[in-house]
Amino acid sequence: MREEAFYFFTSIGNYTGVSAASLDEFVQKLKDVDVKSLEFHLFREDFEKWVSQTLGDSRLAADIGTVRIQKIVGNALRDRLYFLVSRRLKELKSALAPASVPSSVASKERSQSSVLRPS
Amino acid sequence: MKSKSQQVVLDDLDRQILRLLQENAKQTYSEIGSKLNVAHSTVYDRIQKMEQAGFIVKYEALVDLDRMGIPLITAQMTITADPKETENIAQKMTRFGQVLEVATSFSEELVIIAKVVAKDQAELHSFIAKSVAPLPGVLRIRTAIVSRKYKEERFGVGQEKKFSKLKE
Repeated sequence: MREEAFYFFTSIGNYTGVSAASLDEFVQKLKDVDVKSLEFHLFREDFEKWVSQTLGDSRLAADIGTVRIQKIVGNALRDRLYFLVSRRLKELKSALAPASVPSSVASKERSQSSVLRPS
Repeated sequence: MKSKSQQVVLDDLDRQILRLLQENAKQTYSEIGSKLNVAHSTVYDRIQKMEQAGFIVKYEALVDLDRMGIPLITAQMTITADPKETENIAQKMTRFGQVLEVATSFSEELVIIAKVVAKDQAELHSFIAKSVAPLPGVLRIRTAIVSRKYKEERFGVGQEKKFSKLKE
């Protein structure tokens, strides 16, 4: 059971079958999940809560909060969320990769990072 | 009531007693007896035998929760699951206090149907998101929240006869 994962719903009790257990998975799912689900969770502040409380990333949560305030909907919302999350993911990955370590090793370490995957 | 190779068969009197008990389980043996023109001791014996044979499962009170200040929302969940996990999921669903009924159904695909209650929509969603969606093998969930009930009854003994009359 992935209790700490994010489960995408389109409305109260209607689960799409899509879930994400890390920021890596989350950004991938943003590309394809029903846009209604993005709107549903954004305005309930579910993304912000999961990102800050489960992943511990208050900065990304704040960025998502600005999207909610701007009331962006539809595919524009998908694009905006994808941009913000992938940008943050890139930042985190580059911050975690030691400069002197070969990229293949750094990649392995990154995949084990607790920042990217909730414990 | 007759025994037929360990199988108990109910007669008309038994069925009438059961129907009266379904209407009001607090009736006395004498009250039931007078309605059916039989002695209260006969009613007592019949009820004892039906309890022992498992025809009468239990006696319970239907409580008006609204009147008690416990308003609940009811929802019907339909869970589509990996066929290999359906049985496991259904079994796990039975352990949740919020779940009143669990069944499986096969129409176009095998699904689990569950009747659930919650204090409000937020609690309902939280329960489904935190306890049901994470169960291994859950592929999709559809939930219909009951907005207004038009009828809610239990099936009464003897009602099946009305069905056969409707066909004619």
